Amino acid sequence: MSPTNRTVVVTGIGATTPLGGDSASTWEALLAGRSGVQVLPYEWAAELPVRIGAPVAVEPGEVLPRPLARKLDRSAQFALIAAREAWADAGYTAKAGEDPAADPDRTGAVVASGIGGVTTLLNQYDVLKNQGVRKVSPHTVPMLMPNSPAANVGIDLGARAGVHTPVSACASGAEAIGYATEMIRTGRADVVVAGGTEAAMHPLPIVAFANMMAMSKNNDDPQGASRPYDAARDGFVLGEGAGIVVLESAEHAAARGARVYCEVVGQGISSDAHHITQPEPSGRGIAAALQHLMDNSDLKPAEIAHVNAHATSTPQGDMAELKALRKVFGDDVDHMAISATKSMTGHLLGGAGGIETVATVLALHNRLAPPTINLENPDPDLDADIVAAEPRPLPAGTIVALNDSFGFGGHNVVLALRSVQH
Amino acid sequence: MAATKEEILSGLADIVNEIAGIPTEDVELDKSFTDDLDVDSLSMVEVVVAAEEQFSVKIPDDDVKNLKTVGDAVDYILKAQS
Repeated sequence: MSPTNRTVVVTGIGATTPLGGDSASTWEALLAGRSGVQVLPYEWAAELPVRIGAPVAVEPGEVLPRPLARKLDRSAQFALIAAREAWADAGYTAKAGEDPAADPDRTGAVVASGIGGVTTLLNQYDVLKNQGVRKVSPHTVPMLMPNSPAANVGIDLGARAGVHTPVSACASGAEAIGYATEMIRTGRADVVVAGGTEAAMHPLPIVAFANMMAMSKNNDDPQGASRPYDAARDGFVLGEGAGIVVLESAEHAAARGARVYCEVVGQGISSDAHHITQPEPSGRGIAAALQHLMDNSDLKPAEIAHVNAHATSTPQGDMAELKALRKVFGDDVDHMAISATKSMTGHLLGGAGGIETVATVLALHNRLAPPTINLENPDPDLDADIVAAEPRPLPAGTIVALNDSFGFGGHNVVLALRSVQH
Repeated sequence: MAATKEEILSGLADIVNEIAGIPTEDVELDKSFTDDLDVDSLSMVEVVVAAEEQFSVKIPDDDVKNLKTVGDAVDYILKAQS
């Protein structure tokens, strides 16, 4: 195999989500069909048009030492927790270099966020207004910059082959994993820690999204508010957290005897060039991303057994994605078990691609597609096999799973993962 | 009422503990902020602002670079109080 087309595998996973403080507890909750959505327990939320959301299950301040935590925006705190879990899960016992199995000069980090350190920015503006110039934290800039989670993960794990932060709204996390895959495939790195994080639980982002009519206002039924594909869906529910994977070249993983979860087959990317926030209603842009994936990989539609859909529970977006799948894969869509895990986690924006990749890795690894909760009265136009209510076993043999992520701005990113024989 | 040298040291120890997580008993006069107490240049600004507030003094940015050790800071604050 040429050095510019190396096989990339997943060797580690980590997450901190509305469902659990790590990937194992998150997965368990996903299989149990548990919702992480609640009435927001913050004083400031009481007067908002949207009073529900999905905060992380475990506060990062309970996990990270205080002197470290206070220098990090919440988004970087989540990223660091998830990255450390993924790094240890991959079998590394110390940062690159200290663990001789990872060469720092061949180790990278690609961690994305949709909005970066928005709560730091807003909180420090409050400090400036209320307490004056001298009280603004000297850590404000390194906390709010959107590359801060990636940079902090890179410092923590000793990654010197490049640290990057793709920003593409709600496609950011998936784009990060795609970027990391290319770093390895093209030979620039052997190991890359990649994923997405988001921490936007603050009245301003919530009100701003609510005023766009993008969010569910189902304040009376928090756990029923995120309901992808259901006829009564009325928008997304904001979640927070991070999902990170460790990607490696297959050779590197084999050389150190690492456990391999699955292979990254490839990615498909396109842009809508349609509207800054509205999905292109026919699914043309999404179909182009799927087609790009098929044209640039050895993937066969018949192999695709599972799709972790983007499906945020907005009236337009959910259906555009299904139309695109049908357009590209035709009847093959009928054997794809489609799951919308945002029904349980809410929408983590730039973190979504991260935690949904972790969920997709675990779906392949455990041969189980997680359920889509709250799908009670399917949209009359629903024309696909959604895994509702209960998890569903995935077939034996070599199978592929897709993870779709789309973002405001018309970003479409599809990642394809293939099971490996154990 | 001006703080004594001991009170200033004790106050700085609490500040450094809050910011850098260093045990208060390790914050001693001969310790270097950056080399011994894990206080980098950004965190040093936090230490200074907290000390200014606690001891009602002003420590101009130009003087901060001369405060290498805890003893430097204690002496500076003692002098600035008077």
